[in-house]
Amino acid sequence: MTATETPTRRITTAKAMAEAIGLEMRANPDVFVMGEDVGAYGGIFGSTTDLFGEFGADRVIDTPISETGFIGAGIGAAVEGLRPVVELMFVDFYGVCMDQISNHMAKIHYESGGAVKVPMVLMSATGAGYSDAAQHSQCLWGTFAHLPGMKVVVPSNPYDAKGLMASAIRDDNPVVYLFHKGAQGLVWMEKNPRSIGHVPEEAFTVPIGEAAIAREGSDVTIVTLSLSVQHSLDVAEQLEGEGISVEIVDLRSLVPLDRQTVLDSVAKTGKLLVVDEDYKSFGLTGEIAAIVAETDPTMLKKPVKRLAVPDVPIPYARSLEYGILPTRERIAEAVKDLMA
Amino acid sequence: MNPMNRLELYTEMVRIRQYESRILQEYHADKSPAWDIGAGLIPGEMHLAAGQEPAAVGVCAHLKKGDGITAPHRPHHFALAHGVDMNAMTAEIYGRTTGLCKGKGGHMHLFDPENHFSCSGIIAQGYPVACGQALAMKRKGTDNVAIAVAGEGAANQGAFHESLNLAAVWNLPVVFIIEDNDWAISVPRSDSTATTSNADRAAGYGIPGVRVEDNDVEAVFEAAGAAIDRARSGEGPSLIEIHTLRLWGHFEGDAQAYRTDLETVDERDPIPRYAAMLLESGELTEDQVQEIAATADAEVDAAIQFALNSPIPAPEDALLHVFA
Repeated sequence: MTATETPTRRITTAKAMAEAIGLEMRANPDVFVMGEDVGAYGGIFGSTTDLFGEFGADRVIDTPISETGFIGAGIGAAVEGLRPVVELMFVDFYGVCMDQISNHMAKIHYESGGAVKVPMVLMSATGAGYSDAAQHSQCLWGTFAHLPGMKVVVPSNPYDAKGLMASAIRDDNPVVYLFHKGAQGLVWMEKNPRSIGHVPEEAFTVPIGEAAIAREGSDVTIVTLSLSVQHSLDVAEQLEGEGISVEIVDLRSLVPLDRQTVLDSVAKTGKLLVVDEDYKSFGLTGEIAAIVAETDPTMLKKPVKRLAVPDVPIPYARSLEYGILPTRERIAEAVKDLMA
Repeated sequence: MNPMNRLELYTEMVRIRQYESRILQEYHADKSPAWDIGAGLIPGEMHLAAGQEPAAVGVCAHLKKGDGITAPHRPHHFALAHGVDMNAMTAEIYGRTTGLCKGKGGHMHLFDPENHFSCSGIIAQGYPVACGQALAMKRKGTDNVAIAVAGEGAANQGAFHESLNLAAVWNLPVVFIIEDNDWAISVPRSDSTATTSNADRAAGYGIPGVRVEDNDVEAVFEAAGAAIDRARSGEGPSLIEIHTLRLWGHFEGDAQAYRTDLETVDERDPIPRYAAMLLESGELTEDQVQEIAATADAEVDAAIQFALNSPIPAPEDALLHVFA
């Protein structure tokens, strides 16, 4: 490094999440963390790294394997004015606690006619790609986004992970914060280099409900989120050499959804590919296509393309799993189809 | 423990009974067609708590400002005994803008943050939320307690067991109340529950468990007082099962053809029984009986008038309050 260069600090997505939680905990004594193995372990996917050492067992609370119990307890604490950050280890475990999430966390504010607030973050690990099979590999963000009353944020990189976490903790609504295991920058899992990046040390926020243009382009719009943003960026760099200019919209939030940024990009390029690691039918890819169709289908020079998990559970064997995921190869192929 | 005031216990039970009786009457008064559960000034399901007054009154006599309750789908008796405003609650039941929840909640979803009172229509799912309230009370350094209420049918739900374990392992100031009214809608507890007393289940979590028989408000008062004192002084959670009585159907319109104990229901009504005891001992007079009922009637009548005079929500208000 020369004296004229600005030093940049590069950290993993996992570390960025933990750092945001730590900064909010220092600033506000009402913020605390609970979940399975969030204490001395630091979260199975690193989301609470080092917090236990700084804040102790009183504010970084290991829970029993009892998701209905401790997510419900998070709701009760939030109703009483605290700001719990609760981790559901894998989003796939939603089945044992969805009543608390959907019928309580998400509905209490509405049911009460606005009288009761539930300022709670429910963070959870999502995603496939490492042979964890059908019960530990889903994304499911479309499921949460479908049910009213929860904000849903899905960061794709360390900077957004930190900024969105700060926003989520400060929000007076329940926020479901879904991070992709493959984008956490974990040492024990294959990762895209984009899972490590520059993040300022100080506290900052990324607003919930604003998509980002992850890359500007003019020929094709890819609307996507989470780890698929990283893959799409790789593909865009590769296709640039082939003369194809790809614009990438990183949604960052599903609820609220930044429709305008999607529409503006599609208006510019006229070609839309939606990439989603969640299931295809009745989900995000259909929602984005519908938004364009409802607004002005004549923006499209080609029919919308959708690339998502083809309505099968996530299989175990590497060959099978990569047979259904939205890989770089499939993204590139879909873009080329749109350009043909 | 608060000193027991028999006249107050009696008066509050009568107040609740008059309320439930009037809601019963009003619920059916304008159902047209009569079979249509969604018709009338009070639409939807209606679960009334007549017969279960001793549970609510005996427990709530020990509560103070800042104490919380999560109630189940049959919540009126605990709401009223805990000080939820009768006018706002009634307006909510009538679906009016002046209701506790501006007409968005209805009778199964009453929320009164001022009294830390909430409901859940999902069996046993208020228990974990009460644990969280208790966790917050403890973290804030108060001596407040959270009361979690559910029926005996709820004690076979995972949420019940998870909550007892969580409260015990974290030593939370929460008191779990099971109202055993013998019937989980139409299923008797003998067909659903492997133990004769849910209080025995407390032992599995290392916390005190007490079963109160006879639907006796004074016995509830004693048991609840001990458990609430224990929670307030930081000694942790307790479970109390109260063997109570569902005087009417599971919901209004329930013909109760399944019910084998209907013949003896009236003689088991706890309020006339308690009145007779107090009359016998001279702690209550016939004049007072009339006067207490008349006072309750007047209050309930005013609440119903308040509801009827309140505006119906504008349809577009359905879009409000999804987010804060």
